[in-house]
Amino acid sequence: MTTSGFKLSREASLLVVIAAIVLLVGWRAPVFLTLRSALDVANESALLAILVAGQMVVLLTRGVDLSVASNLALTGMVCALVGRSFPSLPIAVLLLLALGVGAALGAVNGLLIALCRLPAIVVTLGTMAVYRGVAFLASNGAWVSEQDIHAGIKALPRTELLGVPLLIVIAGCVVGLVAAWLRWGQAGREVRALGNNPGAAVYVGIPERTRLLQVYALSGALAGLAGVLWVGRYAIAFSDLAAGYELTVIAACVIGGVSIAGGVGSIAGAMGGVLFLGVVNAALPVIQVSPFWQQAIAGAVILLSVALNAGSRARASLPILEKS
Amino acid sequence: MSRSSPSSIEPVLELRGIAKRFGPTHALRGVDLDLVPGEALALIGENGAGKSTLVKTLTGVHAPDAGEIRLDGRALRFARAQDAQAVGIVAVHQETVVFDELSAAENIFIGRPPKKGPLRIVDWRRMEGEAQGWLEMVGAQFSARTPVRELGIAQRHQIEIARALSVNARVVILDEPTAALSKHEIEGVYRIVERLKAQGVAVLFISHKFDELFAVCDRYVVLRDGASVGSGEMRSADEQELVRLMVGRAVDNIYPPRQRTPGEVALRVTDLSHPTEFSGLSFEVRRGEVLGFYGLVGAGRTEAMLALMGLKPDATAKVELAGCPVDLRDPAQAIAAGLAYVPEDRRGQGALLDMSVGANLTLPALAGPRHAWHGKLSRGPWLSARRERGFAKGLIDRLRIKAASPVVAVGSLSGGNQQKVVIAKWLGLNPRVVILDEPTKGIDVGAKQAVYELIEEMVGQGLAVILVSSELPEAMNLGDRVIVMRRGRMVAEFAHGAPAEAIVAAASGITEANAA
Amino acid sequence: MRALGTWEAMLAALILLLYAGFGFGIDGFLSPYALADSTVNVSERLIIAMAMAMLICAGEIDLSIAATMALSSLAMGLAMQAGAPLPVMLLAGVATGAICGLLNGWLVTQRGLPSIVVTIGTLSLYRGLALVLLGDQAITGYPEALSLLGNGTLGELIGVPGLVVPIEFGIALLFAVSVAVWMHCTVHGRRIYAVGSNPVAARFSGIAADRYRLGLFVFAGIAAALAGALLTGRIGSTRPNLAAGWELDAITIALLGGVAIQGGRGSMVGVLLAAMLLGAFTFALGMLNVPGIVISTILGGLLIVAMVLPKVLPGRRPRAG
Repeated sequence: MTTSGFKLSREASLLVVIAAIVLLVGWRAPVFLTLRSALDVANESALLAILVAGQMVVLLTRGVDLSVASNLALTGMVCALVGRSFPSLPIAVLLLLALGVGAALGAVNGLLIALCRLPAIVVTLGTMAVYRGVAFLASNGAWVSEQDIHAGIKALPRTELLGVPLLIVIAGCVVGLVAAWLRWGQAGREVRALGNNPGAAVYVGIPERTRLLQVYALSGALAGLAGVLWVGRYAIAFSDLAAGYELTVIAACVIGGVSIAGGVGSIAGAMGGVLFLGVVNAALPVIQVSPFWQQAIAGAVILLSVALNAGSRARASLPILEKS
Repeated sequence: MSRSSPSSIEPVLELRGIAKRFGPTHALRGVDLDLVPGEALALIGENGAGKSTLVKTLTGVHAPDAGEIRLDGRALRFARAQDAQAVGIVAVHQETVVFDELSAAENIFIGRPPKKGPLRIVDWRRMEGEAQGWLEMVGAQFSARTPVRELGIAQRHQIEIARALSVNARVVILDEPTAALSKHEIEGVYRIVERLKAQGVAVLFISHKFDELFAVCDRYVVLRDGASVGSGEMRSADEQELVRLMVGRAVDNIYPPRQRTPGEVALRVTDLSHPTEFSGLSFEVRRGEVLGFYGLVGAGRTEAMLALMGLKPDATAKVELAGCPVDLRDPAQAIAAGLAYVPEDRRGQGALLDMSVGANLTLPALAGPRHAWHGKLSRGPWLSARRERGFAKGLIDRLRIKAASPVVAVGSLSGGNQQKVVIAKWLGLNPRVVILDEPTKGIDVGAKQAVYELIEEMVGQGLAVILVSSELPEAMNLGDRVIVMRRGRMVAEFAHGAPAEAIVAAASGITEANAA
Repeated sequence: MRALGTWEAMLAALILLLYAGFGFGIDGFLSPYALADSTVNVSERLIIAMAMAMLICAGEIDLSIAATMALSSLAMGLAMQAGAPLPVMLLAGVATGAICGLLNGWLVTQRGLPSIVVTIGTLSLYRGLALVLLGDQAITGYPEALSLLGNGTLGELIGVPGLVVPIEFGIALLFAVSVAVWMHCTVHGRRIYAVGSNPVAARFSGIAADRYRLGLFVFAGIAAALAGALLTGRIGSTRPNLAAGWELDAITIALLGGVAIQGGRGSMVGVLLAAMLLGAFTFALGMLNVPGIVISTILGGLLIVAMVLPKVLPGRRPRAG
């Protein structure tokens, strides 16, 4: 397990900051400290958490997936359209469809990146535009409005499992599964190694192409899942769904200590980033700051996080001089 | 090729007629060798003789163009690097191949962690336990859970050796395993080799240092220009004979005749120091002289040279160039004052591989605003394509750089020609002092000779040359004086003609009392 | 660095093909007025694409360039509301752009942070600031002169009735040619390419890499301000989502123009041609009533094809960039 006391404190310090914000805001507005409030934050953050779980694995390999929001929109649209045409389809089938379509879209990225050896940023920039366009074409530019959304999809956000909203349960399962895969699956080490030293992967026999394909397919599948859940949550489907959201996803990862250069980062940290954004967004209306501040704050926090990350990981050169 | 008395055991690995070329370069031209279980075979050869290509062929990174590899008598073809590991052939490389964001245990078991349970999840307890065992066997003293980013060169090497052992290999290749180690750590390596032999592993041991080869190896094979030219038993081998086989001619002939007439002091450095990398370095170089800097890998020589060039802001020193004090705050100043630095890593630091030969050659001349040459290739800020072409052509001719035309990318040239480009671009500036950092690393013997001739030419024209080299013969033959550095300090200075043992002793840390 | 090669020739050929093809297909496509109109999608994007291309050649990237456009447009609007005359308004915009670029440059060079992450942060920060200051309002009521700048033709400016070349196209063209000359014909351009090709070797050769990178970020901010001013003049209002998503357009244009994403290579002439090609293409599709989002999709697909083609086509000799 790659823990050093140092790394633990990075995630811990983020938690401390979050706790501080919660306490500060709670002091001004005690309603913030209730369980209801916490569940609201978790609910709001669930979809982001699912997307972040996939993105952070991509970032670990020194890649990036800018197409997640478009994937979300396209898969959501596909599920909405299928759901509209077959209203009696069981919800489980639609969920599987979402995972499958999302994974396929992600695999396209993976093929271009791993097989054609194209830079991830360029490929996902392209697919970002293409997927949204396909969503538009699939629906002929029309929206799928609330009454046409499949009943099962609409019911998702209202369902509860043991008193916990289903969205939170799903997010928890996804995060747990990804965390387990990273820790106990062979791929977990290899994905980190790929981002840390891509050239050396060949020498130690890591199947680079397979891993990259898996990683982008995973990110795509989770984006697809988030897509059908998003459609359910907001009871609408249109091609501009979640426009720009990919930046929020990356922001949460960066804030959570995942490095854009690969090899560094943990699920716990990434979830810390999700929690941070969730708490800040929830706090703003409570302390009567206009929601227009959200984006500016997110930007400032990203800059601070990256600066702090770099500072603490500054590589000192190997000490050569022997103390005489 | 003489065969020694046949061993009574069947060889585990046989190579016959292995050949490999990369574009115009014939890296291997017909290599034959046998690896016998329980024996250590010394692979001897100069830089550029083909040793690392051979290793990569054995580990499946390169596929040979011709020839056969037989394992237990059956011919073998590796599709990927993992295939070699799967049949039990493993190599420990010179440059450590580790992932510093992972722990030592994860590095040792990368690609094949022990698993448990029906779900085949990674068994961390067993992985860390076994890794700790292997680490102890190689004499490492750190925990298997330590993230590699916290470890130094020697320790990373230990992890690599541990990884090789943990694969339960039948053939272990050790490529310059002692380059960065102290005497005590080197003995640890000897013990590992003995233990491997006792377990019936066949060891291929590559090293420049004859004393090591005589200490642990049973037989030898000599490689020259990509072909195996001699083999036999170590105990009946003669060092002179081995060198003759390596070089193919008497030692002196690879080095051009010396005609040194050192002039006045070109560079005087006093007390060059850095908080963590080196301290108290003081030396001077004269015009027309070569000053060698010898030492083990990691001794701090490159770092000191980078500081001279203004690339280490934390370094302090009193520096005088041709008698005038110079403040070396940034590289442009150093270059303007007449210093030139040819880095060790020519692909990573010396050449702009995507840019043309011409653009590479003219780059330093166009780099600094205060440099004397700046006005010659351009008028104000405007580039003059005509003058650039002339300048580049002049250098290409002078150094006989083999390139299809000046507009081909440097990345497409052979290693030796790339090195010529990297050196040539500095010569065009008529510097006072040229620092060459491992200039013959990884280039073939023919190109090496060309570099040596170039060095003689440079000193003949009155340049002062600092030669950082880890190759003792090179430093000894070319250097008018040799300074030895160890762990960041200067420990000795030898005049031309000093015995090799004394220099090596100083570099490895044997006390001064034993040095000549 | 080679300014004119096979890629640029191909782009030029495609432009001619496009105009010829659409000229036959669409009535009036080749009339002077339509030709002038066809540059509407070119001018402002060309300016930021050139700045983006320079940064990519130097091994960096600026995802905040469009957000800087919005913020500097906002500064112009605020200056106007405070009663300032046009020159002061423009100055306010340029100053804002320069400061935005300075922050990016400082974080990348002095703090050593990767530009992709820094500019994702500043992208959010700058758009966020625009949102905070403007909410869902818009600033309108810009002076005639600004509208002329964005919508007028050179003919109107100098009193020659037949000259229908738009002013902003003229400005953008001038800008692009200057950048091309800078990058291909001066020492500074050569150094920028070297920094992008191998920053370590460039530094070892004595190039002040950090100074150039800082300068390029500031320049990108100023370019964004210029493009923002022209865009504001053309559409007559400032909203927080001004030029939303244009950073991706700028990158797409640069990449289609032959700039390598890893830096060190690329022709500025290619970028100019790519901007014109894409602008004309967008215009033509618009005339055929193809929705904007589909146009974006096609551009995305084109980008991928443009990247895949060189890998798939065999036999490329190692000619330097």
